[in-house]
Amino acid sequence: MNDAHNLDRERFGAVLTLMHRIRAFEEAAIAAQKGGLVLGAIHPSIGQEAVAAGVCGNLQAADLMLSTHRGHGHTLAKGADPLAMMRELFGRAGGTCGGKGGSMHIADFGVGMLGANGVVGANIPIATGAAHGLKLQGSRQIVACIFGDGAINRGPFLEGLNWARVFDLPVLFVCEDNGFSATTRTRDMTGGAGAAARAQSIGIPAEEVDGNDVLAVDAAARAAIAAIRAGKGPVLLHCRTYRITGHTAVDPATYRPAEEVEAQRANCPIHRLRAVLALSGMDRAALQQIHDRAVQEMNAIAVQASETDWPDPAAAFSDVQDMGDPRERAY
Amino acid sequence: MATETYLNAGRRAVIEEMQRDDAVWALGEDLGRGGVFGQYKGLQEMFGVDRIADTPISEACIMGAAVGAAMTGTRPIVEMRFSDFALCAVDELVNQAAKARFMFGGQMRVPMVVREPIGMWRSSAAQHSQSLEAWYTHIPGLVVVAPATPADNLGLLKSAIRNDDPVVYLEHKNLWALEGEVPEAEHLVPLGKADIARAGDAVTIVTWSGMRHGCLRAAQTLAGQGIESEVIDLRTLWPWDRDTVFASVRRTGRLLVVQEAVSVSGFGAEIAASVAEALHHDLKAPVRRLGAPRIPIAYAPALEDRARVGDQAIIDAVLGLVAPCPAD
Repeated sequence: MNDAHNLDRERFGAVLTLMHRIRAFEEAAIAAQKGGLVLGAIHPSIGQEAVAAGVCGNLQAADLMLSTHRGHGHTLAKGADPLAMMRELFGRAGGTCGGKGGSMHIADFGVGMLGANGVVGANIPIATGAAHGLKLQGSRQIVACIFGDGAINRGPFLEGLNWARVFDLPVLFVCEDNGFSATTRTRDMTGGAGAAARAQSIGIPAEEVDGNDVLAVDAAARAAIAAIRAGKGPVLLHCRTYRITGHTAVDPATYRPAEEVEAQRANCPIHRLRAVLALSGMDRAALQQIHDRAVQEMNAIAVQASETDWPDPAAAFSDVQDMGDPRERAY
Repeated sequence: MATETYLNAGRRAVIEEMQRDDAVWALGEDLGRGGVFGQYKGLQEMFGVDRIADTPISEACIMGAAVGAAMTGTRPIVEMRFSDFALCAVDELVNQAAKARFMFGGQMRVPMVVREPIGMWRSSAAQHSQSLEAWYTHIPGLVVVAPATPADNLGLLKSAIRNDDPVVYLEHKNLWALEGEVPEAEHLVPLGKADIARAGDAVTIVTWSGMRHGCLRAAQTLAGQGIESEVIDLRTLWPWDRDTVFASVRRTGRLLVVQEAVSVSGFGAEIAASVAEALHHDLKAPVRRLGAPRIPIAYAPALEDRARVGDQAIIDAVLGLVAPCPAD
């Protein structure tokens, strides 16, 4: 149990703010999608905010992070501008990727966010190689690689973890286990004891943590990152959480009983942190204000994004590659 | 000029570029023992285990790690051993390396060279012999290079390493021992420029990689019959040198494309279609292409040879193109 009386209220007040901002960003995006403003699929991380906040809160600005198709929370937590992110979801100019990527390919290299990825597990070798590149250059930066539970059944999980161990690379692997591989229960598709056991079998220290308890995630991430910075090589954190929404924002997720989802709503990481902060003596009005400000911020951002211009169509032909004409023989 | 093998010319390119730029490094299986064909022989002794990195047999991670390492400021040379094995890393090359720059809105570049030896070579059968260059030319974001001579392997590989976008670099296994004149001074061959390997006015033969040599032999034979073929070695397949090919076809009025790859949906189809579209009124005969039948490559020489475009097939195709049209 966490001792509420010894809680660093200022720090975890900021964590609560971040978690509310992530939640509010995604709720604004879902509302915007219903209004036809978000054109492509979005994969909400509602209920999983403690992983983003607990892990990324322990990274330094210069550290790098790679995320998944369900990556809005990680990206915000690494410091990306939510207006640029919302513009990206809306396909507008000034989006993080100029409207070329959308939700599944948000990247912001300026804050060390090396990309969400549309292919499950594909970020694992890339994160490993990013750490390899940093090590070759004598950097002190580390890399956090966040992936879902489904990714541990792909080959690149084995290849990347083995590689990180062989080369003793500064990588924090985070399995954000929300229980579902798209619409299938991961436990029905997974042999053995799962992510941590697989990591341990190739010599990578691994820890399981309640992914809805941001204090636990924070403590585990802090310890893991300290070990990685001390040059001990990769560590894996297996954070057990729950995906409150369906696979995408439009998936009704009727493949699971309503009682299960209700029970998990009661286990919401934001509610849990609010309860701890209240117990520590934080004013209820102050807690409510954190929520309200986050909602106001993200709703205003959605309006602002909707008022932004579309990208110049000519941008469809830029940043393909330096050589050759992308229009050759087309149309 | 000095005489050097195709293999050693590539090795020299790596040495020169690694000496020139500390960000360049190589990763792949068995590199510390020189690599499967000896392309990296002695390099680990010269540059150390960090810059000539032995890796697990993890093609997906070799390719994916190179993408990440390129994003963080290094310039990896990826060794895939055989192009056939690179198929284990298609996501990492096609979905990640090729698309990152565009997909992320030009925030960064992925400067990496993927060396994938291609081609038929001494009874290597269906999983060690393929020529899949056309697949890569289809992917926006990739540069595709296929050198055919020692001098080009030196000059093109150096240019590829200096390129800021991912380059698929396809050396031909059957050419490793080929000797040729190579400049002793710094030698850079620009990407995207074809080489007119032999000048002629009767027919234009467009080819690349190992087939350059078959085409030159056929052209030599044809010259004995008074038919002068122009042999163009594309060297770079994307972007390919349309100007050189079109100028030649405008002069000769006849085009033959010769490739080792399966003809169906091969890169030769792109050349043939482009010429047919753009130069219809300059053509004196229909465009022709030669390539392998659509069969997996077999082991036994008598079977393997059925996948080869022989010199005689090239000669026959040229004779067909230059034959007077029957009166209509």
